[in-house]
Amino acid sequence: MEIDPFIFRLSIFILSIFVGYYVVWSVTPSLHTPLMSVTNAISSVIIVGAIIAALSGTSEKIFEISNIFGFLAIILAAVNIFGGFLVTQRMLQMYKKKKNK
Amino acid sequence: MTANLSAIFYLISGILFILALRGLSSPETSRQGNYFGIAGMTIAIVVTFLTVGSFNLGFVYILIFLLIGGSIGAFIAFRIPMTAMPELVAGFHSLVGLAAVFVAIAAFLKPEAFNLGQVGNIKLASLIEMSIGAAVGAITFSGSVIAFLKLQGIMSGAPITFKGQHILNLIIGISIFILVYFLCKSQLSNYFWILILTSFILGFLLIIPIGGADMPVVISMLNSYSGWAAAGIGFTLENSALIITGALVGSSGAILSYIMCKGMNRSFFNVILGGWGATDQPSTSASKEQKPVKSGNADDAAFLMKNASSVIIVPGYGMAVAQAQHALREMVDALKKNGVKVSYAIHPVAGRMPGHMNVLLAEANVPYDEVFELDEINNDFANCDVAYVIGANDVTNPVAKTDPQSPIYGMPVLDVEKSKSVLFVKRSLSPGYAGIDNDLFYRDNTLMLFADAKKMTEDIIKNL
Repeated sequence: MEIDPFIFRLSIFILSIFVGYYVVWSVTPSLHTPLMSVTNAISSVIIVGAIIAALSGTSEKIFEISNIFGFLAIILAAVNIFGGFLVTQRMLQMYKKKKNK
Repeated sequence: MTANLSAIFYLISGILFILALRGLSSPETSRQGNYFGIAGMTIAIVVTFLTVGSFNLGFVYILIFLLIGGSIGAFIAFRIPMTAMPELVAGFHSLVGLAAVFVAIAAFLKPEAFNLGQVGNIKLASLIEMSIGAAVGAITFSGSVIAFLKLQGIMSGAPITFKGQHILNLIIGISIFILVYFLCKSQLSNYFWILILTSFILGFLLIIPIGGADMPVVISMLNSYSGWAAAGIGFTLENSALIITGALVGSSGAILSYIMCKGMNRSFFNVILGGWGATDQPSTSASKEQKPVKSGNADDAAFLMKNASSVIIVPGYGMAVAQAQHALREMVDALKKNGVKVSYAIHPVAGRMPGHMNVLLAEANVPYDEVFELDEINNDFANCDVAYVIGANDVTNPVAKTDPQSPIYGMPVLDVEKSKSVLFVKRSLSPGYAGIDNDLFYRDNTLMLFADAKKMTEDIIKNL
């Protein structure tokens, strides 16, 4: 009997939860704010779905209702991607060590 | 690009996201980690373009919308003051949630674009997955909007509670499941719209009873939700990058919520079901007898600190409100010139989001190796001459260790009272968020400095 591909995706999902669990516990508490902003940025990888939605159909019918939702989602996700990574970068630049030691 | 090849690239970008979080284990590797994250995102986007492959007119529009969104995001990222970071993160969560809803709607309206079947005949598993993505996304959106409004001060930070609130939420929660069931059975789009609407309402109702100082938990929780929403969409799209990311973000937010709850010694449900202010009101204002308080001025404070050999600074949300972090750093520089050893003690729930104080101190150029967490520094208070409490309150209250009747009993607190003298900067004797009097105010070794945190710190600098 063949295994449903869903089971493979579920495996990836559950293993990733474990990976996330151990990786996040190793994050130093002083970097918890950058952790939130960077997780926020990477969760915007949902833009993948938005792009597929926006590109569906033909050129003549590019502004069908489902495409429009795709375009809107692209804007939202893009705000997050650029905003999230840049603000994380800005924060991380500020974490410096003591100089004269 | 074949589906198999692109799946491998999505896996790579998922791994790069794991490395991005891994980088945050120390400040040295963190910047590199962020680049991994950017690389992962770039791969995911480019691969998606190549996979879809139809470079129709839509492609141009996508680039335009990407640029519009990107420049808005970049503008915000550069302009936002560090003290507004909690609001920013809450706002960003709401966008992820809404994007998840939109993608789910698009998939529902045009399932053939995603290989999910046809309208009215969407594969059952996909329908369940997209319903979950849409519902969790909608809850994340409206919940984050409320959190944003509360943090921004547009909406009062006080908990909004009414009778039967929790039962109402429970009914709405159950009805969401029922709606998913009917949606799967009938494939009627009306159920889908009602499902989304109901989830919006639930997100709104879930966050309004939660008070301002519980925001660290709420933001972490919404962070987690945005991850689960992304994972739900990831299952729908059969995309491993999204599934991995969703799981990472989901567990990250859950862990942060746990850490925050532990920092307050409260259970997650206790926080979610409503603030302290709402439940423990009567014990507060009734017993307001006048106890003796020693108060001092900037001159006294400067004298005490100048002659100390070690000083521990305890910052809290009040420092963020007063924007006092830069003045504080200047004060510490002046003290160091006098040969005083200075370190900073940070309570896990100081501020309005995890790590809030650390970012503000980093912004003021405080080296991170002078900043310590609760358990690293708590024993040092006994050997320190002066503790300078600026904008923190409940997290220093010794009552948490002594009075089992107190609502904050058992909460881990900084042992500030053990230092030889305590300088407590505060505008008045009013109780903190928990609504209880701080025993520390009336101790013999405490000197109250009644002033705005920033102004007092600046005055102390003048006197040093």
